[in-house]
Amino acid sequence: MFELNNLNEKKEIHNFKIDLINKYGQKGSLISLLQSAQDSYGCIPENVIEYISELEGTPVADIYGVITFYSQFRLKPLGKNIIRICEGTACHVNGAKTVLQELEEQLGVTVNETSEDGTFTLLSVACLGCCSLAPVMMINNETFGNLTTSKLQKTLKNFRSKTTSEIK
Amino acid sequence: MKRIKVGLGTCGISAGGELVYNKFKDELLKHSVTAELSETGCNGMCYEEVLVEIEWENKSFLYSKVTVDRVGKIIKEHILNNNPVEKWIIKSDTISKEESFLKDQQRIVLRNCGEINPAVIKEYIAIGGYDAIQKVLQDFSREEVIDTIMKSGLRGRGGGGFSTGMKWRFTFNTQADKKYVICNADEGDPGAFMDRSILEGDPHAVLEGMMIAAFAIGADEGYIYVRAEYPLAIKRLKIAIAQCYEKGFLGKKIFNSNFNLEIKIKEGAGAFVCGEETALMASIEGKRGVPRLRPPFPAVSGLWGKPTNINNVETFANVPWIILNGWEKYDSLGTENSKGTKVFALAGKIKKSGLVEVPMGMTINEVIFGIGGGIKEDKKFKAVQMGGPSGGCIPASLGELKIDYDEITSTGAIMGSGGLIVLDETTCMVDLAKYFLNFTQNESCGKCTFCRLGTKRMLEILERITAGEGKEGDIELLEDLSDKIKSASLCGLGQTAPNPVLTTLKYFREEYEAHIREKKCPAHNCNALIEYDISEIYCKGCGLCVKTCPTGAITGKKKEVHFINQGLCTKCGKCFDVCNLDAVIKN
Repeated sequence: MFELNNLNEKKEIHNFKIDLINKYGQKGSLISLLQSAQDSYGCIPENVIEYISELEGTPVADIYGVITFYSQFRLKPLGKNIIRICEGTACHVNGAKTVLQELEEQLGVTVNETSEDGTFTLLSVACLGCCSLAPVMMINNETFGNLTTSKLQKTLKNFRSKTTSEIK
Repeated sequence: MKRIKVGLGTCGISAGGELVYNKFKDELLKHSVTAELSETGCNGMCYEEVLVEIEWENKSFLYSKVTVDRVGKIIKEHILNNNPVEKWIIKSDTISKEESFLKDQQRIVLRNCGEINPAVIKEYIAIGGYDAIQKVLQDFSREEVIDTIMKSGLRGRGGGGFSTGMKWRFTFNTQADKKYVICNADEGDPGAFMDRSILEGDPHAVLEGMMIAAFAIGADEGYIYVRAEYPLAIKRLKIAIAQCYEKGFLGKKIFNSNFNLEIKIKEGAGAFVCGEETALMASIEGKRGVPRLRPPFPAVSGLWGKPTNINNVETFANVPWIILNGWEKYDSLGTENSKGTKVFALAGKIKKSGLVEVPMGMTINEVIFGIGGGIKEDKKFKAVQMGGPSGGCIPASLGELKIDYDEITSTGAIMGSGGLIVLDETTCMVDLAKYFLNFTQNESCGKCTFCRLGTKRMLEILERITAGEGKEGDIELLEDLSDKIKSASLCGLGQTAPNPVLTTLKYFREEYEAHIREKKCPAHNCNALIEYDISEIYCKGCGLCVKTCPTGAITGKKKEVHFINQGLCTKCGKCFDVCNLDAVIKN
């Protein structure tokens, strides 16, 4: 079995192992294996790629090609909280651009970046599918709609105070 | 027994549906009321979420915009004292506040959305669910099923508009030891959420449609390819599939016939191009989702080289209805070449944003003004964008156009999967074209040179134009590139990528010209081409904008007209948003 040198062993790697066993030798399972690896580790670590390569008999370069083709896969871990800003058409015509600018300013990061303290990662998505609430963003699994710059400031402030009080 | 249904589609949840659901649960317990609390999908009125329906003694009361704070009153007055809170009810046997939204709709695909609990198979069965597949297995030959779908006139609802029956026949005709059926649920067009709502609200209808297709073409294995961005749809599908296996509706010897079928879910990993059928199959095979040349078509050589039939979610959801109600009834709806109904996701600058299902042949104005209630803030209707990044903008002057495949195609737009984004006078058409090009350029898989590089060059030109650096000849260059990208790309993504530019050029050319020649954005949207100013008439000198301005560009004494220093202004628009007196103006 492969070693997980730099990773926290306590992390939920259980699912990934089960998936590996279930899908061993099954055709076309590469993407779902990568998905469960990412679910378990938060990203796809290098040694996991090597391990899958060995197991599936697929060259590492091919697996890397698949990982970089799909926007869902990440080679680096994300921040503690993920903010997804919707860039769908309805959001676009309802002022998502201004909201994004404000968000970048407030967090001090641009899209696809993680804040220095690792608290936030800002991602953009093509469409969250809540077009009736445009412009929309999601913080982790919570959706915030009908955003304006002032509403955004309030939302972030509330969220920050909530997370700091949880830490205390 | 009293029944309380809370709308828990993605739209309902985003509006706070789960909190409302939990509050109902707590309150019912607190007052020890026996009532069935249930969840349901989206009934289309996303603009009224959270929706709660109370069913009591064969009467139904639909509450809109329910918040946690309102739950207590609803329980106290309606449930405990049988005194419905009329001011919050939008629909009951005596109240009909949303008549205009509902009266012209015809629900076939959305027949159960918002009605049943999608996680309870019994509810689907109770309203005739899985009757169609049983009927097919008992009374129909494979050819008869295909014939019925052919005659119904059903066309692919994913955007292509190809005859569904014909597609089935091609796959049926190919001899092979193994065939596949695939449901394309990779709904990637920004602004489209029809398939998501169907999967969330009525997953069993889609499964039943797939079963009928599988039987007709002779497949014994099926896949549903769903976007990973739709976690709720995936969850409900997983529940539905597990229930089918439990009941014996999937697996071996279904309904005591010789028909066997296994259905699996494949989650997409975030690539728009995977909505294209050959790319989708490559993705299921675990590869990069890159399209390949057709022919051979999937009906001949598809997944793992075997004959494969791929249909969209909405197409499958139509199938059980057609089998049960007969092709004649479906054929009687719609126009000559476009039969049945179409589901549209209404969004953008529209008052009633949501999901609607209308018979083909209704006009654009009827949908936008009749059902959708018109434009937000009663601004001027400018255009409607149909078909997402592959489609185009239809101007307000063509509002009387009938919605069917051929009429829409004649404008340069496409029917597409059903996203209908309404645009008003404040939308800049050049900016919108840029937005879509940015999308397709990002999502191009990179296989075809013209798509990979051509879209990039087009985007650069559009960026230049919106930045006030457009030159004479840019429009012609855009047209030339569009033509080449369309003819030299392998798949639908590249072949249609220039459509947003071409249609805006066709109907709004003067806007491009204003950007290039006069360095003006007529919609006052492109930052580089506008200036913010303060109106001497409206400004009362409240100082709100001074506090908001991040660069200190606004000065002025209290209670006197303020002034913007253009040299310092970054055009962030915050003063415009914050001013309550409309004193900040864009020029």
